[in-house]
Amino acid sequence: MASAEIVYEHSPIVVGPRRSAYAASRAALAALLLRDVTVLRKDLGVFVLRTVIQPFLLCFVFLFIFPKIGQSVGGAGAAAESAFATVLVAGVVGISIMFQGVQSVALQMATEFGFTREIEDRVQAPCPIWLVAFEKVLSGAIQGVISAAIVLPIASFVHASGVEAHLTLHWLIMLTMVPLACIAMASLGLILGTSFEPRNIGMMFGFIILPITFLGGTYYQWTRLATVQIGSFHWLQTLVLINPLIYVNEGMRASFTNVPHMHLYVIYPVLIAFCVGFLSLGLRNFRRRVLS
Amino acid sequence: MLGEMTSSTIAPDHVATTVIRTENLTKIYAGGDLKAVDELNLTVATGEIFGLLGPNGAGKTTTAGMLTTRVIPTSGSAVVAGVDVVMHPAIAKQFIGVVSQTNTLDRQLTVWENLYFHGRLFGMSSPSSRETADRLLEQFQLSKWAKASVYALSGGMAQRLMVARSIFHSPAVLFMDEPTAGLDPQSRLALWGILQQLNEDGQTILLTTHYMEEAEQLCDRVAIMDHGKILALDTPENLKHSVGVDTVVTIKSSGDQSLLAATLEKNVEGVTKSRVIDAGIELHVRGAERLLARVIAACEAGGFEVADISVAEPSLETVFINLTGKELRD
Repeated sequence: MASAEIVYEHSPIVVGPRRSAYAASRAALAALLLRDVTVLRKDLGVFVLRTVIQPFLLCFVFLFIFPKIGQSVGGAGAAAESAFATVLVAGVVGISIMFQGVQSVALQMATEFGFTREIEDRVQAPCPIWLVAFEKVLSGAIQGVISAAIVLPIASFVHASGVEAHLTLHWLIMLTMVPLACIAMASLGLILGTSFEPRNIGMMFGFIILPITFLGGTYYQWTRLATVQIGSFHWLQTLVLINPLIYVNEGMRASFTNVPHMHLYVIYPVLIAFCVGFLSLGLRNFRRRVLS
Repeated sequence: MLGEMTSSTIAPDHVATTVIRTENLTKIYAGGDLKAVDELNLTVATGEIFGLLGPNGAGKTTTAGMLTTRVIPTSGSAVVAGVDVVMHPAIAKQFIGVVSQTNTLDRQLTVWENLYFHGRLFGMSSPSSRETADRLLEQFQLSKWAKASVYALSGGMAQRLMVARSIFHSPAVLFMDEPTAGLDPQSRLALWGILQQLNEDGQTILLTTHYMEEAEQLCDRVAIMDHGKILALDTPENLKHSVGVDTVVTIKSSGDQSLLAATLEKNVEGVTKSRVIDAGIELHVRGAERLLARVIAACEAGGFEVADISVAEPSLETVFINLTGKELRD
């Protein structure tokens, strides 16, 4: 197209009035969230499928196939199988929250930093740079809450006959624990997304996500690890305390079940500490990646 | 038209004719002691298209980065639209529009949504964002792509959409980093047309480029940069006059090229500089009278056979070579 063909409606440039940093930041945050909601709505099918597939497979294998073929986990007999189901369902909600945090924040950020460079435009938003990263965490946490709400019913329905998870919803704990866990895991996503070079994202799954998942108390209660010891030292129970997913999963057990779990006065403060630590480190990383 | 608009439409706190001012702006990147930008003092007036011209690594992109809050200066200050970009980056960004070298469009949104959400991001209401998005798509001839994914756009169209997005919030200054790098010649011409039109409407533009044609065609003023410093700053016309050369002669001939260059520099009156280039010898000459005859005579007297000879007006490239002794496109 030659320049002469451009039909141009004259619209003189009027520079807008100066808005306060607060007003501009509030509007920017709302717009960033609105953008994420729009994208989520467009990809709702994929989002639900992505959220459901792992919990469904876990429950299908452990709570349907295993009892059917007589290879039960947690001991033979319906009672033992149901007890394991109760432990597993809460854990499945926990890892769904974690995966949502990694998917919606870490992978998203890796794409925007690496392949598309979209982040360069996003940080020109008229707000402090940390707010752009914080919005990602917020949006990831909201998606985490939605996944938890989708996964819990599915996980509690997929099982062989005779096997049943005994769920008791403790509303007050649930309504505080789930959002807190979601913010903590989305913040973990921010750290991972800003620490790993986009090309090394596969390494992140191998070296970070897998150990966290398998040693995060998804398939077992933390309290039961006390029996693993060298001499009188509960080494495994102590070691896994560095894993943030332990607190998330124990928190889910406290929210949805009556099984023994880590004390709430440990879970809440530690999860809050992880939130603060992950967020401050993640926001610092983000700033370093964006500014030079 | 332009004068009338700048006086009546720029908001009161931006009446000041200076829209960018830097004082001793310096950047040394961490882990190096090289000054990427070295005590830069620059003033850009409202309504200008201002060009930073220089080879890769001259400090153009770093300068633009500091003005757009992405690069933190080591020392010095920079003010854009009356806002100190170092002290108040979040506020300064309200008045800054940026088109970067790479395609930074939101891949998960449609063409129209890319514009709409940009408006919302800059605090515009939903109705006015909608209206502006529609108008800009029309203006940039992208309306029929409104619902398409940005993946469907060609390089030139993506660039147009990025320009549309960058001026959506009526920034005081539009920053463009190598805007036509990687565009085909037609898209480049189209983009030049768009930028000229925007400028006629009062848009101040600062662009970085290493294409001298771009600087010559578009810019009201050009700063030639190298090694983080401004070597010369003026209108393209004045810059070209400043070298004191009227004509650039290119000669293709047989024989030892550097010997020929030396011979011509000695024997042709008015030659200020000679150098060997790919196509032969280039002479910068002052005084164009009977020039070709004199050059050919000098060649033949030295025993060189002239295969081809051409003359051209000096360009910004000539200016750059005179200032630095090297070519712009290294």
